[in-house]
Amino acid sequence: MTDMHKIETALTGIIVADDGAPLALPENGIGSPQRRMDGPDKVTGQATYAGEDMPNGTLHAVLVTSPVAKGRIAAVDTGQARAAPGVVRVLTPADMPTLGSPSVPPTAQSKLPMSSLDIDYEGQPIAIVLAETLEQAEAGAGLVRIGIERAKPAVFDTAEVEVPPTEGNGYVLGELDPAHGDVDAGFANAAHRIEATYTTPTRHHNMMEPSATLAEWRGGDLHLNDATQWSWGLQLSLAGIFDMEPSRIHIRCPYTGGGFGAKGYVWPHQILAPIAARIVGRPVKLNLTRTGCYTGCGYQSGTQSRLRLASDAQGHLTAVEHHTENVTSVSDDYIEFANMGTRGMYAMPAYRMTTRVRRANVGTPTAMRAPHEGPGMFALESAMDELAYEIGMDPLELRLANYTDSDPHSGKPFSSNKLREAYAEGARRIGWSDRVHEPRSRRDGDKLLGLGMAGAIMTTFRNASQARVAMTPDGRFTVEVGSQEIGTGTRTIFAQVVAERLGIPSERVTVVLGSTDLPPASATLGSASTISIGSAVATATDNLKTRLDDMAGRETRPDEWPDLLARLGVDRVQAEGAFTLPGDVSFDAHGGQTDYSMHTWGAVFVEMEVDEITGIARMRRAVAAYSAGRILNPVTARSQMIGGIIFGYGRAMLEASPMDPRYGRYLSKNLSGVQLPVNADIPRNIDVCFIEEHDPHASAIGVRGIGELGEVGVAAAITNAIYNATGKRVRDLPVHFEHLIA
Amino acid sequence: MSDGIDRRSMLKGSTAALGAAGAAALGSASAQAQDVASPSGTPNVNTSITLNSTSRSFAHEARVTLLDLLREQAGLPGTKKGCNEGACGACTVLLDGERINACMTLAATCDGRSVTTVEGLAAADGTLHPVQRAFIEQDAFQCGYCTSGQVVSAVACINEGHAGSEEEIAEWMSGNICRCASYPQIIAAVQQAATEMEG
Amino acid sequence: MKNFAYAIAPDISSASEAAVQGAQLVAGGTEILNWMRLGIVSADRVIDITRLPELSSIDRQGDEIRIGALATLNQIEGSDIVRQDAPVLSQACLLAASAQLRNRATIGGNVLQKTRCPYFRAEAATGDRMPWPCNKRVPGSGCSAREGDFSRAALFGATEACVATQPSDPAVALVALDAEVDLVGPSGSRSIPITRFHVTQSEAADLARTREGRRLLGGDAPETPDALIENRLMPGEIIVAYRFSVDTASRNSAYVKLRERESYEYAMASAAVCLDQSAGQVRQARVALGSIAQKPWRLSGAEAALSGQTLDEARLTSVLATAFSDAEPLPHQDYKVKVAQGAVRRALTKAGGSIQ
Repeated sequence: MTDMHKIETALTGIIVADDGAPLALPENGIGSPQRRMDGPDKVTGQATYAGEDMPNGTLHAVLVTSPVAKGRIAAVDTGQARAAPGVVRVLTPADMPTLGSPSVPPTAQSKLPMSSLDIDYEGQPIAIVLAETLEQAEAGAGLVRIGIERAKPAVFDTAEVEVPPTEGNGYVLGELDPAHGDVDAGFANAAHRIEATYTTPTRHHNMMEPSATLAEWRGGDLHLNDATQWSWGLQLSLAGIFDMEPSRIHIRCPYTGGGFGAKGYVWPHQILAPIAARIVGRPVKLNLTRTGCYTGCGYQSGTQSRLRLASDAQGHLTAVEHHTENVTSVSDDYIEFANMGTRGMYAMPAYRMTTRVRRANVGTPTAMRAPHEGPGMFALESAMDELAYEIGMDPLELRLANYTDSDPHSGKPFSSNKLREAYAEGARRIGWSDRVHEPRSRRDGDKLLGLGMAGAIMTTFRNASQARVAMTPDGRFTVEVGSQEIGTGTRTIFAQVVAERLGIPSERVTVVLGSTDLPPASATLGSASTISIGSAVATATDNLKTRLDDMAGRETRPDEWPDLLARLGVDRVQAEGAFTLPGDVSFDAHGGQTDYSMHTWGAVFVEMEVDEITGIARMRRAVAAYSAGRILNPVTARSQMIGGIIFGYGRAMLEASPMDPRYGRYLSKNLSGVQLPVNADIPRNIDVCFIEEHDPHASAIGVRGIGELGEVGVAAAITNAIYNATGKRVRDLPVHFEHLIA
Repeated sequence: MSDGIDRRSMLKGSTAALGAAGAAALGSASAQAQDVASPSGTPNVNTSITLNSTSRSFAHEARVTLLDLLREQAGLPGTKKGCNEGACGACTVLLDGERINACMTLAATCDGRSVTTVEGLAAADGTLHPVQRAFIEQDAFQCGYCTSGQVVSAVACINEGHAGSEEEIAEWMSGNICRCASYPQIIAAVQQAATEMEG
Repeated sequence: MKNFAYAIAPDISSASEAAVQGAQLVAGGTEILNWMRLGIVSADRVIDITRLPELSSIDRQGDEIRIGALATLNQIEGSDIVRQDAPVLSQACLLAASAQLRNRATIGGNVLQKTRCPYFRAEAATGDRMPWPCNKRVPGSGCSAREGDFSRAALFGATEACVATQPSDPAVALVALDAEVDLVGPSGSRSIPITRFHVTQSEAADLARTREGRRLLGGDAPETPDALIENRLMPGEIIVAYRFSVDTASRNSAYVKLRERESYEYAMASAAVCLDQSAGQVRQARVALGSIAQKPWRLSGAEAALSGQTLDEARLTSVLATAFSDAEPLPHQDYKVKVAQGAVRRALTKAGGSIQ
């Protein structure tokens, strides 16, 4: 394990053939290990984020939110606040204008902020304090007195289990209760059975940049500088709420400081800032505090999964049940489809699944890396490990025995699937063949050691997208696309796509992002940017070439184009391209109306050490091999997967936002009370590789998607390794002292 | 705390009892031009700082933190606000050469001292600091929001002599949370820069 | 937070005088700024004491080490004197907070930290915005943590009113070193043992009914002040230094901190051990535990029981069982007793002890 983390070492063997042979990386275009184009801006502090702009006359806004989870506002006393130095205005529900009805999603919650005196969740906005300086606005917010008649809140533990509505519910991603075959017979006739309940806690995205927005009205148009993952969703949402033409709403998103789902949909601050700006006639900056992010922009719902697995003597699954529940809000039915991965992972002759919600006095949950499969695959892959021990079978062998090359739910063939190759390569890299199956078999001094693994699956989401590529006589190219850069390396890879199509160095490509005045593009959500926008960029590039060939009247090479443009006296030639989906839908999942089922896959292996005297477990090594389609940039792709693995480590070992059921408030709404992984938690040798793959069905450029996949399976691999080390099965995350201490 | 809030005390102020939510149309809202106050509110302290090698003076309220002074008044938003409670490290700057959390430091306490932010690390001609270059080469960031703090922290980590081993770097860089989680790459970048700076 | 007047204290006596009059003293500021943000304290005047002369030195004179109250945790961690003669304190400083915070946080302020109880740390500008009862925030309102979910709750000395713990790491080391705290106040200088500096809630409840307790609370004590008393620092008193004697045990000392996260996190439990062991026999052991009471919890009984004995597994198990026999974990927190015992075991080994 020497220098595994050094990039030149890590990139050797990052893309491997089916047999594990490392492949050479090209020097240019798709697949080349290029550094981020926005690197210099980010390391020098020149990259600016949404909440950092400051037009003349900008007012700072601070929200006053409800300290109770359920009740009714009896009175709001703004007198003291209004008298405080610098405070210009305090807005209460009485000041709210009449608004249109929002579409959900992209609006996260159907009930508009400050539109009612009923309190449905702790942290619900009650007033907005607008002041000349941030300090004055913060101090003013502390002076608003609120009278609330309190009522007893419902929380996850006490709420009734409900069947969520599917009609008119934009959060429905599939059937609630898929079933197939004779499940009862599958259990009755099985050689082995296991049944267990697994829980994952409610947790927050905790992206480093708190959500931020700056709203300004100019000539009847709304200009919003916003930290978003989906500029177009924000535009669409606000157009409905303010009853405006979408084109009169201009979303600018310079850089977005992470999101992981929290900045996907539209949350109260993005609605309230434009309202406040309109009322006071000045630009209004509303940057959420970190505390505000805990109730102001969603979270990943806690889940409870009840699993039953049955197999024959050889480990072939004969029946599967996966029943899941998540918490949702009073106003909306967000569904965390924790059984989504279970629908596509293994060959299953019979299965039965249910998807339920519990309605509580909480804000609406939202997608968080990795939604659905993230919490759900902890349950399935833990259960598979339990079944492997029940049978007395190697856990990897059990997965291989249940491999399927068609979707067990839809019956469609997979567009591409190299999961078996990923299993083999991951196993080779971690040294799986040296694993001792019997728990408590390996030690290093005071510590017990264990190896664990899990499979990973993630839905492939695709969004209709457009892009424009232009060329100027200086031989430079510009990609223009209304996407957003949240750290996934979009700029860099779009340049690589153009470079690949035209056979030019990518340094000659500039990528312009971050505005709805550019061609409409996919949300940076659901691992869908590259597959969707990358395809549109490729098409636009091809169209540009055709256009230039037409102008020349013959087939030309890019190095001829500057002369061609000069000869014709043309300043700029541009072409557009689009990525469209069958059925002309704007969005699809699992391959939509195509003949293929589309997923990404992975195999995650970890080694854990456990000190039973102190109750502390730490990760020693992690290896992951992925089948995710073509990899456009192994540098940025590797970083995303390492980030996903560490996100999964957080899920397994640290992260939770517990709520006190008596009050319906999160115990801690700050980073000193909520633990995220830090550098010292993480072993340096996180070894990531991708099986070489070109998916011809999912996109024009062979890509599927990677961002969320990296998080999937990690938690189960960790708890499975802990079981291998200690014989202790942790079914309720995160792993804690009490689970492990002797 | 059954009711939680003392409603009697509410009545003393100019309480606006609320009926149904108001229905002022968005377009007809009152927009009165106001004199724009100084960006620092009503200053009650003066602070002189050598900021990125330049002498700067600020009149500001005493409650203003170094972080908000940099971002809101000094025109240096490169220093980021992630938590505003000393729990993430995104606001790391050098105060007289030592790394600190700017959010946990009152600007007034920096009077007469020197502050270096991420904007002040590269050479005057734009040549990147070895740490900045190493972060790019090792791909030690993604969204970039924690990066300013990571880079400044890494400069100090190396200068302090805490870049001797991977374990030492990991511990001494743990005051900077990276939610994109580029931790192994950050260690590689610190090692690369340390080799260059010490070599 | 509201704006305040700001001044730099030219000398200790003027700082002390200002504090008596209600000014908030600030050194590193790494706690106080958060108190002001959270609504825990509110100040009209803030006095910066970081420029007081001669309070940041770390010296050794004969067998005594003196650490000025304005020494930062990083200065103490990196001090050759401390590393050599009291590694437990160096390690405790290193394992506290982050590199950035340790450059600001002073050893004087560090021991005055307040509990990490999330009920106490709720963001609430004013008492009427508190989402739940907390006697340290709104005296008499009740304790939400007792039937709630606070993993760092006290095992010892808690009351119905409060289950808070003192989170300082250096304080635990200082207790194991038997340090003295030097104080300067309006009525002059005094020194008290650090073992007596902090108080548990039950000690606080007793104190509250004494003259000393009423003086501790200053002029405007509420009717039910028990949860407000955390230490014996009188109004206007300032910690100026810590002193402790170097001995074989202090040289063979270690600090172990157990927490979910490997760094930048408060302890679930921690242990400071100073151990003088010769030929397998314990000549002297000093053991203090952190984050299990509102003061560093000295295992005096265990120390006596181990003295003169060999450190074997059976004896250690029985000594630790006795030491925790009157621990009172909250419901579902029995595991914390084992975590604390595990911290002691690992600290004994880290201090060079060999367990037979």
